[in-house]
Amino acid sequence: MHIDIDEIAKTFGGTTALLPVSLNIPSGALVALLGPSGSGKTTLLRILGGLEFPTSGRVLFNGQDATGMTVQERRAGFVFQSYALFRHMTVFDNIAYGLRARPRNQRPPKAEINRRVTKLLELIQLPDIAKRYPTQLSGGQRQRVALARALAIEPRMLLLDEPFGALDAKVRKELRQGLRDIHDETGLTTVFVTHDQDEAMELADLVVVMSMGRIEQIGRPHDIRDKPATEFVREFITT
Amino acid sequence: MSDATLHTRRHAFRAATEEAPLLRITLIGIAVAGLAILVFAPLAVVFAEALREGWLAAVESLGNQDARSAIWLTLLITAIAVPANAAFGIAAAWFITKFDFRGKAFLITLIDLPFSVSPVVAGLCIVLLFGANSAIGGWLVANGWPIVFAIPGIVLATIFVTFPFVARELIPVMIEQGRAEEEAALTLGASGWRTFWTVTLPNIRWALLYGTLLCTARAMGEFGAVAVVSGKIRGQTATMPITIEMLYNEYLSVAAFSMAALLTALALVTLLLKTLLELRHADQLAAIRRH
Repeated sequence: MHIDIDEIAKTFGGTTALLPVSLNIPSGALVALLGPSGSGKTTLLRILGGLEFPTSGRVLFNGQDATGMTVQERRAGFVFQSYALFRHMTVFDNIAYGLRARPRNQRPPKAEINRRVTKLLELIQLPDIAKRYPTQLSGGQRQRVALARALAIEPRMLLLDEPFGALDAKVRKELRQGLRDIHDETGLTTVFVTHDQDEAMELADLVVVMSMGRIEQIGRPHDIRDKPATEFVREFITT
Repeated sequence: MSDATLHTRRHAFRAATEEAPLLRITLIGIAVAGLAILVFAPLAVVFAEALREGWLAAVESLGNQDARSAIWLTLLITAIAVPANAAFGIAAAWFITKFDFRGKAFLITLIDLPFSVSPVVAGLCIVLLFGANSAIGGWLVANGWPIVFAIPGIVLATIFVTFPFVARELIPVMIEQGRAEEEAALTLGASGWRTFWTVTLPNIRWALLYGTLLCTARAMGEFGAVAVVSGKIRGQTATMPITIEMLYNEYLSVAAFSMAALLTALALVTLLLKTLLELRHADQLAAIRRH
């Protein structure tokens, strides 16, 4: 699914989080929103997911206006920064949550839910943890469970907020590859937010550099590295 | 090795947060003495006084018409006030923690108001507002719905006095948990209602249980506000605490203390219930808290 962001702006009370920004995300792309904290990248991601609504501007999914769509209607697989796993549910119940939440006539039968959850656990290479609680998992395992939970709803796109932020360097490297593999396998349009330029450069097809509610530059990783468009991008990339 | 060297050695290996032995013994002593004087002694006295003339006299004093009516009334008031306050408390805590709006601090203060206002004043406010001499009260009495000196007034007074218990237990827990899990549920397609039942409520259930139990104990024991609005009509609007006071003033000490013992026992049962539930779900609790 391709996503068009058309002059989206957002203010919270008196503070401006996003100046009008526009961005076209091609279908199946893996896009990084890169910038320091306060650059508006998370706000933009949350607007895509339907968790915030823009003050002005439009969001289009496959060319159709999706600005007023509710969060449930958007069917965006969202991975939260601290994963937001349901702490009182087992891993299995976490992953099955979205399927069980469907209206009765669209809800898969129990055996089908079982099958899909098992398959997702294999996809994230953690087949044996179905009965555990989130507190009994390592950080890297939690992140993968959060990803599986988001994938379970057969999302139209995948949105990840600092997916590797809370992990140590070694696990981070592994999971980057894991996300790349899952992206390539599912072909889902994927947008992730990061403040780590290595992560953005290594993982993404398209990098969007943001600062203070503005988009500074949109380009492929090597374009941004070789030809930074603004002074801000040059400095942010070299530090 | 002499005692002196042993002593210094123990000093040397003391953990940073550990207190000196003398201080420790003193502190424990103060705590135990405080508990004994303020909690255990009164409890023991209540039961001892109730049973002074034997089991039979105590049970008999609870069996008469007025006593049964008081017990029934207290249970009825509690059964109305506690669910109402649980619902109000959840709604208030939800509103305060999940939304950003102006005047939030003011609203939190307002929720605490019943703790700072004297229950007697609260009772008087209800009398002034709904008494037969007020416009609202006059109309209600004329239509056969008296509030003051009747059960609705007692319910209102009890709800007012016990209002903060549930909300105050829930607000810190819900602030600490944030909104991320609810947001996750919504992105997974759950409706707001489903999110509440499957994510919010399970996450706050222990705080809710604790708040509800405190609220129950307090609702059963409320005296000041109820004393003002009830009119103390024996057999009709006299709750257990009111009946205890009336019996005591009439020098019927066995009857007064039997009723008091029963009220205490009811409060103890709620606490026991909480402990039992905690024991039964200990592993689950630990799993959630380690998060």
